[in-house]
Amino acid sequence: MHGFVAVYLREMLILKYRFKRQLAGMAISPLLYLITFGYAMGDLIRFGEQSYLHFLLPGLVAMASMTQAFAIATDINVARFYWNIFEEFQTSPISNLSYVAGETLAGMTRALLGVLVILVLALPFGVVLCYGPLFWLAVLLNCFVFASLAVAMAMLVKSHADQSLLTNFIITPMAFLGGTFFPVDKLPAWIQAALHCLPLTHASSAIRASSLGQQPRLIDYLVLLGIGLVFFWLALHSVNRARD
Amino acid sequence: MIRIEQLQKSYGSVQALAGIDLKVGRGELFAFLGPNGAGKTTTIRILTGLTRIGGGRVFIGGHDIVADPLAAKRQCGLVPQHVNLDSELSVLENLDIHGRLFGMPPGKRRARSAELLHYVEMADRAGHPVKQLSGGLKRRLMIARSLMHEPNILFLDEPTVGLDPAIRRRIWALIKRVQQDGATVFLTTHYIEEAEFLAGRVAFLDRGRIVALDRPQALMDGLGAWAVDRIDGETMATRCFATREEATAYSAAQDCGFTLRRVNLEDAFLNLTGKKVS
Repeated sequence: MHGFVAVYLREMLILKYRFKRQLAGMAISPLLYLITFGYAMGDLIRFGEQSYLHFLLPGLVAMASMTQAFAIATDINVARFYWNIFEEFQTSPISNLSYVAGETLAGMTRALLGVLVILVLALPFGVVLCYGPLFWLAVLLNCFVFASLAVAMAMLVKSHADQSLLTNFIITPMAFLGGTFFPVDKLPAWIQAALHCLPLTHASSAIRASSLGQQPRLIDYLVLLGIGLVFFWLALHSVNRARD
Repeated sequence: MIRIEQLQKSYGSVQALAGIDLKVGRGELFAFLGPNGAGKTTTIRILTGLTRIGGGRVFIGGHDIVADPLAAKRQCGLVPQHVNLDSELSVLENLDIHGRLFGMPPGKRRARSAELLHYVEMADRAGHPVKQLSGGLKRRLMIARSLMHEPNILFLDEPTVGLDPAIRRRIWALIKRVQQDGATVFLTTHYIEEAEFLAGRVAFLDRGRIVALDRPQALMDGLGAWAVDRIDGETMATRCFATREEATAYSAAQDCGFTLRRVNLEDAFLNLTGKKVS
């Protein structure tokens, strides 16, 4: 337990020192999306009773919780490859579970901060949705999925360049295809089937339904929990691979 | 305190350690001396849990590092060759996080941090960000951090590499004090004078094997007391002599540059391996 607290606290101290820069970084992309796709082009698109901004905001929440949670991989890799701080954890009497849980929770904390930034940014655009327990549960599960994946990838990659490749090939395509900007159910069935393999599609679906006052699908939550546990297990078993 | 049996490690086809056997006793100050690539850092990395063991067995304070790694790690403090401090955090925060990693309660963390900062003469720097410290201060902070949880064994991997001579002397004094306070110290170095000044026993490591192991003076015994480095253009040859008179007479007969000096561990290493440490 003490190891978990130490790992998490260290990340939070770093977050504290970078807080203003982090907040600014978290705000830029969502703000541009809100202005471009929501404000400037939003009137051209409607989904039934909803404006495009109402459709877009839950997608941005899903996307931000993914990218911010996954960004912990960069911090871990900088600590590992450039500052050698990972050695401090390896030489300490802490279990792999403590390390992975600490870093995963740090990734989730960052992601939640990113989500709060979006919800605040949406206020001037007049978009207020329903932020009930099912909304936050979906957000938390999405954060858990991608923070766990980030820790696993950070342990498995051999250089910082490999990490950038993973972001380019996994996270960026998922950000655009995972039901963030358009409804997946308007696509051909085979594409829908493919996109339902992506965790972000389930996150977008659950976050959107819960925030728009609709009944979210249980299966989305179960898929996110299942994938999150698999990634967490992968991270746990990848820590020893990072030695040598 | 440290028992190593047939320790081996390979990286692909390169054999870094070719079967090392070694025992280091409680309170000893022991040095691994060898050129770059001899296997010094690999040994320390295995002993402290940073690198996986390739073969053989290692016991730290009686604990097998493979079967009971966490118990073994509780015994150890490590000062690695490169700086691995959290540069964005303050001096005190670096010590505090280390204390937390070793499960120290809050009151003990505070007291020990204050004590150690006083010990390494950095009490006035407690709140400073690490990125503002000089190289020598960072090295002292790393030693303080490694002692935070009161380890029985302190591993130092090239503790003074890259530091100027004055700071090096201060670090040596600190290392001596750590040993006098009861810790076992295991250090690697390729600085001859560092091993001579600090170590009670020295092992010569060459191509992953221990080629000699004894007290520094015992390793030099038999070579004589004086050495002459004969410098002819790009090449240098060294000869050892029993007396200063013999060495002086030899020097006087040379028609090129020379240096007359006391025999040191470098000469012993050269005599055994045919190459220099540094």
